[in-house]
Amino acid sequence: MKSSIKLSMMGLFSLLTIISSCKNGPQNETKDLNQNESTVASEYTKGQAFIEDDESTPNVLQIALQSEDHTTLVAAVQAAQLENVLVNAGPLMVFAPTNDAFSALPEGTVEDLLKPENKDALANILKYHVTPGNYSKDFLKNFKKLGQANDQNVLVEVKGDDVFVGGAKIIGSVKAGNGIVHVVDKVILPPTQ
Amino acid sequence: MKINNHLIVTMGAALMLVSCGQQNQSSNGALSSSAAEKVYVAPGEQDEFYAFLSGGYSGNLTVYGLPSGRMFKEIPVFSQFPTSGYGYSEETKPMLNTSHGFVPWDDAHHPDISQTNGELDGRWIFINGNNTPRIARINLSTFETEEIIEVPNSAGNHSSSFITENTEYVVAGTRFSVPIPQRDMPINEYKSNFKGSLSFISVDPEHGHMDLKFQLLMPGFNYDLSHPGRGKSHGWFFFTTYNTEEAHTLQEVNASQNDKDFIAAVNWKKIEEYVNNGGGTKMPANYAHNLYDEGTHTATTTMNKEVLTVDPLKVPGAVYFLPTPKSPHGCDVDPTGQYIIGNGKLSADLTVHSFDKMIAAIEGEKFDGEAYGIPILKFEDVLAGQVKSGGLGPLHTEFDGNGNAYTTFFISSEVVKWKLGTWEVIDRKPTYYSVGHLMIPGGNSRKPFGKYVVAMNKITKDRYLPTGPEMEHSAQIYDISGDKMELIYDFPTHGEPHYAAGIPAEILAPKSQKIYRLDENKHPYAVKTPTDAKVVRDGNEVHIYMSTIRSHFTPDNIEGVKVGDKVYFHITNHEQDFDVPHGFAMIGQNTSELLVMPGQTKTSVWEPKQVGVWPFYCTDFCSALHQEMQGYVRVSPANSNIALKWSLGE
Repeated sequence: MKSSIKLSMMGLFSLLTIISSCKNGPQNETKDLNQNESTVASEYTKGQAFIEDDESTPNVLQIALQSEDHTTLVAAVQAAQLENVLVNAGPLMVFAPTNDAFSALPEGTVEDLLKPENKDALANILKYHVTPGNYSKDFLKNFKKLGQANDQNVLVEVKGDDVFVGGAKIIGSVKAGNGIVHVVDKVILPPTQ
Repeated sequence: MKINNHLIVTMGAALMLVSCGQQNQSSNGALSSSAAEKVYVAPGEQDEFYAFLSGGYSGNLTVYGLPSGRMFKEIPVFSQFPTSGYGYSEETKPMLNTSHGFVPWDDAHHPDISQTNGELDGRWIFINGNNTPRIARINLSTFETEEIIEVPNSAGNHSSSFITENTEYVVAGTRFSVPIPQRDMPINEYKSNFKGSLSFISVDPEHGHMDLKFQLLMPGFNYDLSHPGRGKSHGWFFFTTYNTEEAHTLQEVNASQNDKDFIAAVNWKKIEEYVNNGGGTKMPANYAHNLYDEGTHTATTTMNKEVLTVDPLKVPGAVYFLPTPKSPHGCDVDPTGQYIIGNGKLSADLTVHSFDKMIAAIEGEKFDGEAYGIPILKFEDVLAGQVKSGGLGPLHTEFDGNGNAYTTFFISSEVVKWKLGTWEVIDRKPTYYSVGHLMIPGGNSRKPFGKYVVAMNKITKDRYLPTGPEMEHSAQIYDISGDKMELIYDFPTHGEPHYAAGIPAEILAPKSQKIYRLDENKHPYAVKTPTDAKVVRDGNEVHIYMSTIRSHFTPDNIEGVKVGDKVYFHITNHEQDFDVPHGFAMIGQNTSELLVMPGQTKTSVWEPKQVGVWPFYCTDFCSALHQEMQGYVRVSPANSNIALKWSLGE
């Protein structure tokens, strides 16, 4: 299913445009208007996630950002403010549900999770999609379970050639600079503790 | 999809911030707060604290000032260092001897300063060599490495070199378990055959001389980090373990199967008593003990042939395991000695054990099975609390002495401040980036000096002007005197600091040595006055007894040296003035230059291969006439009859 990981060239292009226009354009007029707001925002937008680097292999966050099939996931990562976690030296293995996987959740679930008051619950779910490790789909067949970043275990099952993690099937994989992204067809919900 | 519009707005906003955030940052930088004042040490003023940062793969120890972040010195420990000639001079080559021969490098990890009654006394600082297991002792008056002892039966000497609260012992635990004694055997028979050694090296209270008193042979786990008990828990030592699965391959998978590993609690006083009463088994060994004598300015190597080993099962009540989740890394004990903290590096939470509960659980025999005969205490019965931090990847915790703890989180790149006893998170600040360890001066003692915390990061990326693919690591200083941490400075560090130790300047600065007294120089080749300078031939060895003073060598013209000779320049610096070293370098020499401190003697070897008249010179800009400080050696053919002759000013 390589087609599910198309690069959004439009997105990249507009990103570059914004960066360059911001660098060259006048900024002083608008800057003082929202001094407090921009200070808070800049605290949050510091860190490895926000370093410009077009030479290195894209990290797991950049891969998600560049995929048009993962816009919901990206929005969720941003709402949970987990960008800097995903660009760490890791290694990180991210199970990335597609937009379709999010759509398959009961009506209203995603909207609910994106609300600021549900930030912790959302972060918990997202971290359940992250393993400190870097294993290919084939290599994952050696595992019975994985320890996830939210401190819970997730089961690994092999059915024929397919690998399922927490019931979600791996439908594509992209190597990243700091790990690997496995595209999955379901959102993996952590067991209630 | 309904949320698409929302998404586009969110992403657009995020992108704007990405591109514009940095300009905002600079307008709200250090100068707009009091951060600049807090780190500014005016010209001529001095810092409040010394900070000793390990150099990691540099093999050395670097000395910085806090809060300025200025580097004062790199102290050579396990690596040859051409700046001073350490490991190149004849006097210091023995410092790097091991049972594997001359090993000119190591991976220096965890410095720890000597203590008396649980408080920093500033006599020595110890540091471990991780790769070829060694422990070094550095004198904090001369800031020179004085002693290195190799640790036998160890591999990846990582849970080291932490000291007990009266510097009774410096403790060195193995990271990798190995066959003990080493032997030829299949790797896949690791399980239950390999052992992990925990070495207790006694420290002579007067001279600091180290002696491997006993070695506890533990199950074949990986012993990661350790800390001494203090106060009420003095007499115990705590080690984090991982790979309790005893995997011998692909540990990143196979060593993460157990939900819990252990903190090993070792009652070393009990074992000491056992050993003092004749307990333990002597085992043949071969390890180097290198000692530098300040009087002769010379190091010697002794090969030790025996080590006293202790089977933990022979000393009932001496060793217990405390279950601790998720491959814990840092093993930290709070200033009161009550709390033992396991930093589960693949976890979000910190596990805090209680010393009192541990003692009660031992007395009440609240066991949850055993591992190789060592009782495992019930998790619930030793647990004091858990810190639900919300961070990811806790590595190391230090303390401010005011009831607060500070933990680094590698994966989420932050320092989290939390309260001992209530376990509530009080504050968190990002680090830049991927922080490993942190340091509060006196953090491993009963009396921390909780004014600053230094975070040592593994990743630098965009923090400084780029210097190609390889960059120095970054460190950040936070002011922790208030409720909230305040980032006040950011500075590059040398090598890879894995750990650090800090101490108030007022303890060290007054006793820092300024010169070596020439009249106390006992080097066998020293010359006390220039009139004693001479050249002596012994077969094909030529010994040049040479002195230096601003700005000449005595002698500076030497004839009668022949191709095939081995020429020893024994150079005594006759200066008795603070900070006036002289250097020495000879053209074509297959070694480094030397830097000779006032009153010191050092020796450099040269084996001339070509006939001619060859110059040497002083490498240290010692005076206005430094450029004149030079000399010549005439090298004649191997079969020539030119007599030895030396002179100055003829």
